Amino acid sequence: MREAFIQASYLAASVLFILGLRMLTRPDKARRGMQLAGVGMLCAIVGTLLNHTIVDYRWIIGGLVLGTIIGYPMGTRVPMTAMPQRIALSLTLSALAATLVGIAEYYTLMDAGTPPGRATMTALGFEIMLGCITVAGTIVAAGKLQEWLPSKPLTYKGQNLLNGVVFAGIVALLITVIAAPATQWAFYTMIGVSLVFGAMLVLPIGGADMPVVVALLNSYSGLASCATGFAIGNVILIISGSLDGSSGFILSVLMSKAMNRSFTNVLFGAFGSEVAAGGTKSAEGLTVRSIGVEDAAIQLAYAQLVIVIPGYGMAVAQAQHAVRELAELVEKRGGEVKFAVHPVAGRMPGHMNVLLAEANVPYDKLYDMDEINSEFDRADVALVIGANDVVNPAARNDKSSPIYGMPILNADHAKSVIVLKRGMSAGFAGIENELFYDKRTSMLFGDAKTSLTGLVGEIKNV
Amino acid sequence: MSSQILELYVFVLAAFVGYMVISRVPALLHTPLMAATNAIAGISLVGSLIAAGAARNHVATILGFVAVVAATSNIVGGFIIVDRMLKMFKRDAGPAKQAPAKLPPSGA
Repeated sequence: MREAFIQASYLAASVLFILGLRMLTRPDKARRGMQLAGVGMLCAIVGTLLNHTIVDYRWIIGGLVLGTIIGYPMGTRVPMTAMPQRIALSLTLSALAATLVGIAEYYTLMDAGTPPGRATMTALGFEIMLGCITVAGTIVAAGKLQEWLPSKPLTYKGQNLLNGVVFAGIVALLITVIAAPATQWAFYTMIGVSLVFGAMLVLPIGGADMPVVVALLNSYSGLASCATGFAIGNVILIISGSLDGSSGFILSVLMSKAMNRSFTNVLFGAFGSEVAAGGTKSAEGLTVRSIGVEDAAIQLAYAQLVIVIPGYGMAVAQAQHAVRELAELVEKRGGEVKFAVHPVAGRMPGHMNVLLAEANVPYDKLYDMDEINSEFDRADVALVIGANDVVNPAARNDKSSPIYGMPILNADHAKSVIVLKRGMSAGFAGIENELFYDKRTSMLFGDAKTSLTGLVGEIKNV
Repeated sequence: MSSQILELYVFVLAAFVGYMVISRVPALLHTPLMAATNAIAGISLVGSLIAAGAARNHVATILGFVAVVAATSNIVGGFIIVDRMLKMFKRDAGPAKQAPAKLPPSGA
């Protein structure tokens, strides 16, 4: 009877999770969907607490209380600009929980003198391996995103070879424990080596490649949860782990497509390095046209259609509220404003959308690359705010460019382009952007927020 | 049929459903999607609870306790932050002088 109730609660939770994710396909229903998923989570927890193997509730209550105390500010206090590192940290936590459960399970079985069977050991082995890689990898990723660690790629000679050797070592250890589950030294060594490997995997990756990495680690962490489910024979873990794994997988495929990297390239974490090696056409002999706030304001004030292209620079400058104000002002004067969001703009998938939504930009003004690219031809002004590589025409016409083939926003098709930029430094990829030297382009140098606030003030006076 | 084979069925089917559902989420909501699936992955709490409460040995209890803390903070923080994000996504409420209202990408 009790077992039936537990299984019913898991079934309800699974259905609610899937329904919740399904409602996430519509922005107007999404919030309700996630509330449903929350109810599902509650069902699963209540169901689990009835499990007959649980005999002592003291540590459970303590853990639930402490976790709530820690989790609450993590939900309410974290600013939207810090969302990428917040997501990385939440991956750390879920992978950590999965890993610890796996270690506890293995220790208990060995302690009782009943080594796990091959099938259980396979699941445990994968759980520990993926879990540890995710824990260390996400900590390094979060550190880079928060800039506690240098966000520049950390590379050295023979890196790929060393990574390959270490990974081969992990696989050898994994095979050893599966072949002979009682080899405790191999099990515990694998924990250590996987942690080291996770860190080594993410260290060579630069800040702008983070969307792919975070998505990839997301799918690893989902698979680790799945493996936990196999190890302890719990179906709800398998279901929600595979949902998490799918979302990570889909997003990393989308991100790698948007950066024109092959998926195998992404899967083996070989990104970052090859781009850093790039470097093409120098900008010698070309001049940029600098523009003042007044002139830029006039251009914007009389535009029929302005397409704003936000990039990570907008988030860094915390300029999203000033952008919204500018957009409202242009609209009040009868112009139309649209926002063009490149899939890899920002530091995680969809980051720009969240920042703009936070600044009260209605989501029906946010457009995907495919929807907006044909509209640049009739745009009077393309306003580029802290974006660089995603508007670099070299991706279209310079075969020697490291970003050649990457789909870009057609900012260069607009009648005029205004670029808000700190200085003339190249983008993260270290590539010159010929858009900046185009005769239709004017550069408005300075901090994005200051420039935008200035523009707002000027347009009011036009 | 052994239970492990059944679990494999569940895994494959769940991954399939997940793929079908999630690939329809518009790029607009990709950040909330990641936050949401992470919060749902906090379900590893289920395994943690059993480890912490089964009183099998001290090591398992302590590891389980830490796992409960980690998973709970992930669930609580995760669901709050998803709700906070989704609350911000609003339609244009202004006068309808704009171009025809656009349906959310791939939503229909």
